[in-house]
Amino acid sequence: MTIVSAGTDEGGQELLSRSELTAKELLREVGSVLRLSETEAAALASVADEAPEDQTMIINMGPQHPSTHGVLRLMLELQGETVLRCKPIIGYLHTGMEKTGEALSYMQGGTNVTRMDYLSPLNNELVFSMAVEKLLGIDGDIPERATWMRMLLSELNRMSSHLLFLATNGMDIGAVSMMLYGWREREDVLRFFQKVTGLRMNHNFIRPGGLAADLPAGWRDDVLEILENLPSRLEEYDILMSGQPIWRERLQGVGVITAQEAIALGVTGPILRSTGVPWDLRRDMPYLHYDQLEFDVVVGEYGDAYDRYSIRFNEIRESMRIVYQILDRMPSGDYRIQDKKVTPPPRARIDESMEALIHHFKIFTEGFKVPEGEVYVSIESPRGEIGCYIVSDGSSHPYRMHVRAPSFVNIQAMPHMMRGGLVADAVAVISSVDPVLGEVDR
Amino acid sequence: MGLVQNVLDDGLGGIEHNFVTARIEDLVKWARSRSSWGASFGLACCAIEMMGTGASHYDLSRFGMEVFRASPRQADIMIVAGRVSQKMAPVLRQVYDQMMEPKWVISMGVCASSGGMFNNYAIVQGVDQIVPVDVYAPGCPPTPETLIHAIETLHELIEDGEIMRRRASNNGGAGIQLTESAIAAAPVTLGTK
Amino acid sequence: MSDVVETVDNAVETQHGCPVLDSLGQRVLLATRENYISVVKALVDEGYTMCIDLTGVDYLNLPNRTVGHGVAPERFEVVANFLSLTLRQRIRVRVQIPENDATLPSLFDLHPGTEAHERETYDMFGISFDGHPDMTRILMPEDWDGHPLRKDYDQGSIPVQFKGSHS
Ligand code: SF4
Repeated sequence: MTIVSAGTDEGGQELLSRSELTAKELLREVGSVLRLSETEAAALASVADEAPEDQTMIINMGPQHPSTHGVLRLMLELQGETVLRCKPIIGYLHTGMEKTGEALSYMQGGTNVTRMDYLSPLNNELVFSMAVEKLLGIDGDIPERATWMRMLLSELNRMSSHLLFLATNGMDIGAVSMMLYGWREREDVLRFFQKVTGLRMNHNFIRPGGLAADLPAGWRDDVLEILENLPSRLEEYDILMSGQPIWRERLQGVGVITAQEAIALGVTGPILRSTGVPWDLRRDMPYLHYDQLEFDVVVGEYGDAYDRYSIRFNEIRESMRIVYQILDRMPSGDYRIQDKKVTPPPRARIDESMEALIHHFKIFTEGFKVPEGEVYVSIESPRGEIGCYIVSDGSSHPYRMHVRAPSFVNIQAMPHMMRGGLVADAVAVISSVDPVLGEVDR
Repeated sequence: MGLVQNVLDDGLGGIEHNFVTARIEDLVKWARSRSSWGASFGLACCAIEMMGTGASHYDLSRFGMEVFRASPRQADIMIVAGRVSQKMAPVLRQVYDQMMEPKWVISMGVCASSGGMFNNYAIVQGVDQIVPVDVYAPGCPPTPETLIHAIETLHELIEDGEIMRRRASNNGGAGIQLTESAIAAAPVTLGTK
Repeated sequence: MSDVVETVDNAVETQHGCPVLDSLGQRVLLATRENYISVVKALVDEGYTMCIDLTGVDYLNLPNRTVGHGVAPERFEVVANFLSLTLRQRIRVRVQIPENDATLPSLFDLHPGTEAHERETYDMFGISFDGHPDMTRILMPEDWDGHPLRKDYDQGSIPVQFKGSHS
């Protein structure tokens, strides 16, 4: 058997050794992020600059590594146990989704975007649909029930995503039992999703104009069951992890990032909130009907891994609070807009009417035309701000479809979190950022 | 409980035997199929379902498969869970080459099997262009049940010796001929500079 | 096609010397390559401290589109999104980039977070950013040919057996 050339070396994308960098470049890495004067930065950078090269070692972590959450690759420069520099190398899951998005009609686009952040697929669909609706000018006409359903699914999705975070975070730190618990809870939510959308993941359920179908009979009981099971279990995990000295030792003070750094780097979501910046798009730039709900934005103080853990943990509780309110207020009515342009005719009409059949056929083959324009819409996904930028040229396919993925930006904060930390903490930092590589590389 | 009359008919799976007599070949195949360890090689959405299969609800350990090995040296089955990009392909091959013989590959999900809906420049259109695949699990993502079925199918194939026979006819290898490129002669440098 | 950037007449609203466009209720500044950095700097002073997104668009198939306010269209466009946490507002800056000289000053010094975005834009469109510390490909392998999101770059699909399938 012959062997293919193992071209796993990415050359220019890799972390350069110290001798190939000028001191100025090294400084720049730190200085400009912190917005400091050169002397201040030099003082801060003392860890980095003192190490002679023959005492440091560059090691490679990933892309196939059990705790890099997929195919993230990190190159770490170590001096003994201390991480001096770190560079994430991404692209190992680059799927060309933005290119494929240009070949799919607006109708089909949901199948594409839902596969980006595969832990919160419904949020991806939501932002894409909202962008298309804005271009179509129907964003104000979405029926009430559809809007509330979207919020319900989005919040449940946030819960399942954060539960998965608890599981993987636990596994990476060494609390393997938490991994099993987290998956068990997530299964409950997934089972509900399967009932509603037909799939456990990658639903393509939220579509431009509304949703693909109405909620099934008995949905309220299913949601209530999830909501009733969860609090006592969360309580358990709180005792199991938050109160546990080993857990705290492992996370507190690890991977610290300041508010200034986070804003300079464009970091959003729980990482930004962990630094004490109370920024949540659901509250600060409300979309859907979030302005009518009562919930708290969980904010940290120290910007360390423990804060990020505990923010996500408590966001599950906030989401549950939101879901209770949604259950109370879920109106009846249409689950999608009755606009002939974007909505296929109901199944029963197709049997009776030729026009309906043609209409149905046209919508699914050609898709609908979207007026010219460009728009950027963003929502709060479990990982931060997810945005969708669409340019339309008036045809039925997007001219350009770009997704601003929160993980893509959040990953860039890793080098700053790891600087000066221990190599054993690197794993804790990666998992506290909670990146989803599908969305990083798209 | 005594002697199994005919191992070929009854199989070796029963727990009542105190001792068995069998051909060494059968024993080896049986042991191989029951203790195949997976390499944790998660790529995309499918990897989440793969991990879900290993978690408590679907409990893959019922099939002796719960140990996902982080090191390819200790693994027998590589589950390619997710889309393989052009950039990842050489890495995937390298991981495969590091696995010990005998080794098997399950291609999980339509992306790994055929590129799925991503028929574009970035994705390898079917992982069987890089590594020999024994079982394909369809679905996007395949549900844990589908994956369990795929694993069971593979176990059956291992136990039947189907795969071994096929390999023998291929000169013991996977029968995949990849053109050797010039760079292969140079040693691969891994990271350290 | 009017080639010159016309002097902005009084009726057009401007901000930091850029004409302001209203794109479906969203505020868009049409900057030029020359004043791009100073506009972004002025925006930072105004409170737009966060650069949320930066990406490119290849308008190869729409050479005669109207950008608005008499701005001459070019093949590429770089779109940057800024967010102000205090004003709770967003603003978008669009810059036209000609094909024969696809470069733009880097925002790295003002917004270090654009490091990855600019590398991605370079990788996907071949627009290079002056002053960027590490202008290498980010998503594609280092030895890849071409820039995939350009419109003249083929999608690279292999034929499938379903008629008329797009992907
Ligand atoms: S087959 Fe589907 S679920 Fe699996 S990696 Fe591909 S897109 Fe994701």
